[in-house]
Amino acid sequence: MSSDVLLEVTGLTTLLGDTVRPVRVVDGIDLEIRRGETFVLLGESGCGKSMTALSLMRLLPPSGRVAAGAVRLDGTDLLRLTEAEMRQVRGGRMAMIFQEPQTSLNPVMSAGDQIAEAVRVHEGGSRDRTPARVVELMRAVGIPDPARRVDEYPHQLSGGMKQRIMIAMALAGDPQLLIADEPTTALDVTIQAQVLRLLKDLQAKTGMAVLLITHDLGVVAETADRLAVMYAGQILETATTDAFFAAPAHPYSRKLMESLPGADKRSARLAVIPGRVPHLDQAFVGCRFAERCYAVMPRCRDQAPVWRDLETGQGVRCHLWGQAGGQPEGLTRGVADAVAAPETALEGASDPEAAAASMLQVRDLKVHFPIHDGVFRRVVGQVRAVDGLTFDLTPGRTLALVGESGCGKTTAGKGILQLTTPTGGSIRYRGDELVGLGHRRMRLFRKDLQIIFQDPYAAMNPRMLVGDLIGEGLQALGIERSRAGRMRRVAELLDLVGMDSDAVDRYPHEFSGGQRQRICIARALAVEPKLIVCDEPTSALDVSVQAQILNLLKDLQDRLGLAYLFITHDISVVAYLAHEVAVMYLGRVVERGRVDEILDDPHHPYTRALLSAVPVIDRDKRRSVIRLEGDMPSPSNPPSGCYFHPRCPDAVAACALSYPEETHLSTTRLVHCLRV
Amino acid sequence: MTAYIIRRLIYAIPILIGVNLITFVLFFVVNAPDDMARMHLGEKRVTEEAIQTWKQEHGYDRPLLYNPDASGLGRFTETIFFEKSIRLFVFDFGSSDNGRDIGYDISQRMWPSLAIAIPVLLVGLSFNISYALFIVFFRATYVDIGSVVLLVAMMSISGLFYIIGGQFLLGKLFHLVPISGYDTGVEAWKFLILPVIVGVIGGIGAGTRWYRTLFLEEISKDYVRTARAKGLSERRVLFRHVLQNALIPILTGVVVVLPLLFMGSLISESFFGIPGLGSYTIDAINSQDFAIVRSMVFLGAVLYIVGLILTDISYTLVDPRVRLQP
Ligand SMILES: Nc1ncnc2c1ncn2[C@@H]1O[C@H](COP(=O)(O)OP(=O)(O)OP(=O)(O)O)[C@@H](O)[C@H]1O
Ligand code: SF4
Ligand code: SF4
Ligand SMILES: [Mg+2]
Repeated sequence: MSSDVLLEVTGLTTLLGDTVRPVRVVDGIDLEIRRGETFVLLGESGCGKSMTALSLMRLLPPSGRVAAGAVRLDGTDLLRLTEAEMRQVRGGRMAMIFQEPQTSLNPVMSAGDQIAEAVRVHEGGSRDRTPARVVELMRAVGIPDPARRVDEYPHQLSGGMKQRIMIAMALAGDPQLLIADEPTTALDVTIQAQVLRLLKDLQAKTGMAVLLITHDLGVVAETADRLAVMYAGQILETATTDAFFAAPAHPYSRKLMESLPGADKRSARLAVIPGRVPHLDQAFVGCRFAERCYAVMPRCRDQAPVWRDLETGQGVRCHLWGQAGGQPEGLTRGVADAVAAPETALEGASDPEAAAASMLQVRDLKVHFPIHDGVFRRVVGQVRAVDGLTFDLTPGRTLALVGESGCGKTTAGKGILQLTTPTGGSIRYRGDELVGLGHRRMRLFRKDLQIIFQDPYAAMNPRMLVGDLIGEGLQALGIERSRAGRMRRVAELLDLVGMDSDAVDRYPHEFSGGQRQRICIARALAVEPKLIVCDEPTSALDVSVQAQILNLLKDLQDRLGLAYLFITHDISVVAYLAHEVAVMYLGRVVERGRVDEILDDPHHPYTRALLSAVPVIDRDKRRSVIRLEGDMPSPSNPPSGCYFHPRCPDAVAACALSYPEETHLSTTRLVHCLRV
Repeated sequence: MTAYIIRRLIYAIPILIGVNLITFVLFFVVNAPDDMARMHLGEKRVTEEAIQTWKQEHGYDRPLLYNPDASGLGRFTETIFFEKSIRLFVFDFGSSDNGRDIGYDISQRMWPSLAIAIPVLLVGLSFNISYALFIVFFRATYVDIGSVVLLVAMMSISGLFYIIGGQFLLGKLFHLVPISGYDTGVEAWKFLILPVIVGVIGGIGAGTRWYRTLFLEEISKDYVRTARAKGLSERRVLFRHVLQNALIPILTGVVVVLPLLFMGSLISESFFGIPGLGSYTIDAINSQDFAIVRSMVFLGAVLYIVGLILTDISYTLVDPRVRLQP
């Protein structure tokens, strides 16, 4: 009990799959987590973060096994315990919560029962106390009205509430260590802020340590004490949070940081990490990052770098750091590369002065979905997914539509392209009304108006060759009828999105997520559109890959004068890419204006709360989080008056009476709020 | 819920009319009323008059589907199809072509059918679930592999084999039970036990394999990992979490066939000489008795629709996520 190290992991190696060609998902990891601290494991998708956590808990999938190493929790080697002893540890001294609250709770068991089960396993005490303890735990994780909620089933709870239930279960055994695997990735930012705050508070109260797994550098900056960067099953760097953000030591860490979008990078291209994560079923000779590293040296390829502890307290696995604590040999080169020359041309084209007259005018667009009831399924109500959306879009500009899940962003995008039929309002594209056009007449406009979806894989027919996927639109809209002409055009398009032309004869599954999204973009570009609706095009991608796509979109806008309607919930992407922003809440725009106006000086209380919840790396730029109570109401039954009033920290009595008219703060800016 | 049931019952009407129409057309494509009359009157040397009389007596003297001689709606109502079908909707089955009251026959013959079908269902269900749980507890071991091989083998063997094998082994070789036949009252058990055993064994292959798949699918879900992360024992994970979730498809799969139990088993009843509804149907087909065939097909369709509605209702009872959308 004396040491301040709680968990000590040495040489942990985990294999998946058969014995002939096993996948080394975790390859010799060393970690130390101290009592009471928040330790973050940071890394991109597929690098083995979850497998590390599951190895610690001994909850690997059936094909997985720990091949070597030791995991000491307070001196006990967990890997040597019998299964029965390990069960005492699981949920007791060491608990875990998972990424997907939607699927991680038993759907047919009430929330209270699921917590009670954890309480009974780990508390020897009398059973009569269990219900009281359950309510106590639910109160501890901030669930309002716990006595009523115990009987609710998971589907009756929102995502944030479900994650709180998961945390309550994990707390049942008074853990010394809580492992949280991407606990907020599936949640909206305002809810994410609530959950992260909760974890911090609980930690302060109980003194437990938290191993937080995430890919979000903002979350790291706001929560971590120390962190480790993981790549291809190995740890490349460990550091205290301050040291890390001041000067990341490993080339991979540096590139990760530079690939983050943000307002300060608007005029520059984002750094990208070329190539992709190597397969883990091979034996590595040199450095695993060598194929993608900007500072690669000959010796990197045939000699694996060893771990070095630096004077700064950082530890790093890279040949740049010659001797222990010595100066990195290639550091200057790295830095020079990092400060990429700003591309002035980019800003020029997206200059507001250059913007021509508005090309898309959306006025009071409404998309309602009927709710049916009764014997004859009469319409008894409406889900007001989009309830009065107004904006203009000019060529060469980007309008970001921002809001939390369920606010109607995607429906708005589909409504504009007539993929769902609008209930009312007007959409004029270059003067032509689109609302009410039949399928056939709409086809004339399909060429100009394209869409890119969130999930690049689901949006493609997996049994079609990439060449045919891209050429499909050309043929369907009768733009390029000859096969040779089509193939030439496809090759051009692939080149435009930065892919080799040999991709035409391959299938979508042979490409990585980022490459697939490029293929989708090429497909959208095939018909030479004037406007592209981008529906969360990068939210399924890692930051380094996201950077490639954002760079590409920016380039294309520049060269082709495209207009984007960019649907996203990611504020840093907005800051980087958008010219104008519209913030949506419950199907309506609450605030609209130029990107700098909105992000630097939000006026609407919802915008302010939303922006305050976004985790930021730079300490000086952090705003104190404005906590929103409760969850977003259902769009089938919006509150009276200002839709935001039940949750608004600034609400006054008048807010509940009528929906606020728009207030123009400048020629470009308007807000729907009584109190501006 | 009530609105939902009413709506479903309204939807059922066109389905039942369609089922009737199809049976009717199929049947009369094979046999014209004249052929039926000949067959019932004894094949050869039947006078034209006798045929006409038979048709008149049994209501087959009208046109099949459309009566050009009648006027107005009568063109459709004064036909064999309409007159023979409409009464089915109030469960008046009329009399069979050889003059017996079908309704009465059904009410008599459903009991032997149920006496076999219910034990087969209950015993089979408990055996299959237990066996599947046992396999899943030892998943990815030789117990699992061996069991799957056995189950697939059992599935691939024809049902007739179990019947004949059972009759040979228990009846002929060991003289434990009679090979076939039926008795009323308490003595009936002697005749029932063999069909029940054969029914259960015949269902093990497909049933257990399906349940095993359901359990394995459930066991790889995220909430099971959560349950393990709480430190629950494998037994509790399996019985409390996995079983509870997997029982939803199992139960609803059972509910849908519940009403159909009345109909009995066509093959088994014929082989064991059980006077149930299954053998009733087979006999009717053999003797070309359209009245009975039509009644049984109609009854089957009604019971199936009832089964589907019951399934939906049972979902709302066992799965808190399901609310019936009226
Ligand atoms: N059940 C499985 N069978 C085979 N390979 C798997 C399995 N689960 C994960 N993997 C592989 O193991 C590697 C590490 O996976 P892991 O889930 O630990 O990644 P991660 O860092 O948590 O990624 P993410 O950020 O996407 O959650 C990946 O290459 C993945 O494809
Ligand atoms: S060892 Fe070489 S290739 Fe690997 S990160 Fe360092 S410089 Fe790059
Ligand atoms: S109108 Fe009132 S409730 Fe709505 S945002 Fe403004 S202050 Fe808040
Ligand atoms: Mg993961």
